Amino acid sequence: MQLNARIPSGPIAKKWDRHRFEMKLVNPANKRKFDVIVVGSGLAGASASATMAELGYNVRCFCFQDSPRRAHSIAAQGGINAAKNYQNDGDSVYRLFYDTVKGGDFRAREANVYRLAQISVNIIDQCAAQGVPFAREYGGVLDNRSFGGAQVSRTFYARGQTGQQLLLGAYQALERQIGLGNVKMHSRTEMLDVVVIDGHARGIITRNLVTGEIQSWTADAIVLATGGYGNTYYLSTNAKGCNVTASYRAYKRGAGFANPCFTQIHPTCIPVSGHYQSKLTLMSESLRNDGRVWVPKKKGDPRSPKDIPEDERDYYLERKYPSFGNLVPRDVAARSAKYVCDEGRGVNGPGSHAVFLDFADAVERLGANVVADRYGNLFDMYERISGDNPYKTPMKIFPAVHYTMGGLWVDYNLMSSIPGLHVIGEANFSDHGANRLGASALMQGLADGYFILPYTIGNYLATAKQPKITPEHAAMKAAEQAVRDRTAKLLSLDGKRTVDSFHRELGLIMWDYCGISRNRAGLEKALQLIPELRERFWREASVPGSGEELNPWLEKAGRVADFLEFGEIMCHDALQREESCGGHFREEYQTPGGEAQRDDENYCYGAVWEYQGVGTTPTLHKEHYQFEYVKLATRNYK
Amino acid sequence: MSKQTMSLTLHIWRQPGPDRPGRLVPYKVTDVSPDMSFLEMLDVLNEGIIEGKIKDVGNYGPVVFDHDCREGICGMCSMVVNGEPHGPRRGTTTCQLHMRSFEDGDEIYIEPWRAKAFPIVKDLVVDRSAFDNIIAAGGFISVNTGSAPDANAIPIGKRDADEAFDYAACIGCGACVAACPNASAMLFVGAKVAHLVKMPQGQVERESRVINMVSTMDDAGFGACTNHGECSRSCPKEISLDAIMLLNREYMRATVKTRGK
Ligand SMILES: Cc1cc2nc3c(=O)[nH]c(=O)nc-3n(C[C@H](O)[C@H](O)[C@H](O)COP(=O)(O)OP(=O)(O)OC[C@H]3O[C@@H](n4cnc5c(N)ncnc54)[C@H](O)[C@@H]3O)c2cc1C
Ligand code: SF4
Ligand code: FES
Repeated sequence: MQLNARIPSGPIAKKWDRHRFEMKLVNPANKRKFDVIVVGSGLAGASASATMAELGYNVRCFCFQDSPRRAHSIAAQGGINAAKNYQNDGDSVYRLFYDTVKGGDFRAREANVYRLAQISVNIIDQCAAQGVPFAREYGGVLDNRSFGGAQVSRTFYARGQTGQQLLLGAYQALERQIGLGNVKMHSRTEMLDVVVIDGHARGIITRNLVTGEIQSWTADAIVLATGGYGNTYYLSTNAKGCNVTASYRAYKRGAGFANPCFTQIHPTCIPVSGHYQSKLTLMSESLRNDGRVWVPKKKGDPRSPKDIPEDERDYYLERKYPSFGNLVPRDVAARSAKYVCDEGRGVNGPGSHAVFLDFADAVERLGANVVADRYGNLFDMYERISGDNPYKTPMKIFPAVHYTMGGLWVDYNLMSSIPGLHVIGEANFSDHGANRLGASALMQGLADGYFILPYTIGNYLATAKQPKITPEHAAMKAAEQAVRDRTAKLLSLDGKRTVDSFHRELGLIMWDYCGISRNRAGLEKALQLIPELRERFWREASVPGSGEELNPWLEKAGRVADFLEFGEIMCHDALQREESCGGHFREEYQTPGGEAQRDDENYCYGAVWEYQGVGTTPTLHKEHYQFEYVKLATRNYK
Repeated sequence: MSKQTMSLTLHIWRQPGPDRPGRLVPYKVTDVSPDMSFLEMLDVLNEGIIEGKIKDVGNYGPVVFDHDCREGICGMCSMVVNGEPHGPRRGTTTCQLHMRSFEDGDEIYIEPWRAKAFPIVKDLVVDRSAFDNIIAAGGFISVNTGSAPDANAIPIGKRDADEAFDYAACIGCGACVAACPNASAMLFVGAKVAHLVKMPQGQVERESRVINMVSTMDDAGFGACTNHGECSRSCPKEISLDAIMLLNREYMRATVKTRGK
């Protein structure tokens, strides 16, 4: 596998400009002649589809929901970062770049991150022009807040529904192009394979989820915008349908998969309430601005929180990290919560996994009205789910899997190691390193979709010069048949156990051994358990219904079968990375004070895996990162 | 949190396909925790059916329903619970409804959205693509990527922005249509027209937008509005009936302004 990052030369601030000048352009009159397939209609896929259609390309867009508006991006709450410096508080493109590289624990490509920070300002302009109702100040200008411990206020937001409003903006731009006939939309359609012909990605195979029809589609370039794989863990804050299938099938066809073990575990989610739990709900991180995290000092303290006096409470974040306190980064907060619960100080009954997030001081200091103004909708949501009133009694929270920094490896042009196959949004690995900052995923998805890919794909199309192919091509037909065979195999499973029960079991293995903290023995154990579980799945699972109808159990079985292979790759990755960085905490590699210990000498690279067959250890390739601008330094939040 | 579990009888609409007959089928579920969400309760039912632990009357197999985010924001979940779209709790989607809203021994009726413009696909799943078509007809501001001015170049008062947001909060679920005796889509369309007309950016296409959206709505087979107000009462985002008043006003204004053009 050749990994050429294609980073343009020259000073970092000039790279993108220079690159845009050097890229080949497609003559406007010729754009109509190019077909582009986009899989995914979240922020990344919808913005890319709309923009490429505006430029004149023929676009086909696919999503598995019943409407492109329902992509998982819709659920993002907190906000989107941009280096506008509207607050005049010292922000700049360079500072956002610096914060992102450092926040990512120096495991991202500098040139990409700098470009992201540059483009962030254009995103806000574009979204405002589309009519996104961002929060405003009384004078009519845009409001900002500080988010996730950033020292400047650079987060733009629309109440607690920023993802929804940004996605509706992109969705409306997409629908406009659909109405104009420039985009053909295929909802309730799942991509099940990528087809590579003469070394280039030339088509995909899909299943129509309503009729069951399996079809081939060809194009001059393919874009995957299929989101993250947090659901490998079964329980996560992701929507139920989020999956790794599209990325994983591309990986099986030769695309490198980078840093799969880099997952983000979000510290503030509503804890598990029973075995029937189907997903976990995020409580926005903004709550940590005013809420205080604590557990009782005593193990297994049975008292209700109001009966525990101040001096018997352990505000452990404030104690351990006096200067950042409750606002330490996500990975640090999540790990600390796990430790106090492992010590037996969880607050949801014996052996439980939950800590308090307490607003009593905030209510006293600011008044219930101000607290309601800031967090009202979150408090209501919490009350609906848990039945408790957070104005009166502390919330119970616990970390949950939230975001995946790993993804398909891409070069500066967002092209994977398969020519013609581009990957954008959460599905690629590029910009967040080992830990993503709050409010930066929306920024990255829209930067990729509105402002980067539509240009870089032109360069590919202008230079690739591949012949036109049709769905009748032998390689397309063969891939189509393989998808049919696999579907039939899944439908033939008539054991006694539900597919979900296997998914839950995989989730527990991943959470226990490849979760908040990892160690060699645990990862080796997982690498033994996962293949066993996979084998049992193919023997004991039950898939009801037929293939010629809407059959959610068939869809789920296909996705779980992929998770059961992919989980193994995540563990291989976690095992080889013998250091702690960002969301990846290896217990063997910590400072005497219990903080993450990075090893820049040996692990300052992106780990890119190449498929070698199911159950066979994939081949590791490395993209070594150079840090010319941000000096390698230890993160310190004490 | 109470830990008493409940036993329930569910009557669920089963319909194998669009042109097939459907009927209500009874199921018994036990050990339902009040902390479960409504959809988790249905998950438990479906697992029971697949594992053969719950009686599959009529051999329909597990129940098919739409869902994704399970956080009340994607608009995918869609079922009529005891005659009310999204169930008894106001301002709440089905996925955010919890079993503590029910009692031991309850009989619960679960049906799909019913409207000519939302044909049934299977069981509780309907086809809502008519909503996408309405947005494609005009529910946007035409601004190509790259041509936007600085975001602060157009100031918008906080009040206007907040009001626009209230309408923009619509999740496109279709409960308003399911609740309306005429299956009218006026609340959904009104919400989008109101969101965009409250913003200065939305002024340029003000007339064409409302005319195109309304004509697409009519063609899709949605009914007329006769002021029942059920839509807003069922709306999980509590979109105000003012949206419909505003839509009527905008439509009148646009037809007058564009007459003879
Ligand atoms: C609860 C929550 C809150 C968040 N809050 C924030 C926040 O405040 N700020 C922030 O910056 N980030 C936030 N994030 C992260 C952010 O929302 C996501 O990273 C981002 O929206 C991902 O966008 P995307 O376009 O890459 O993918 P998605 O929005 O996940 O879209 C994926 C698309 O791919 C399609 N798809 C997937 N697989 C297939 C297939 N096989 N075939 C066909 N189609 C397929 C889906 O239908 C969908 O259209 C949050 C995430 C969660 C879970
Ligand atoms: S107006 Fe309300 S009920 Fe109707 S689609 Fe929007 S959110 Fe759903
Ligand atoms: S599942 Fe998304 S709103 Fe209910």
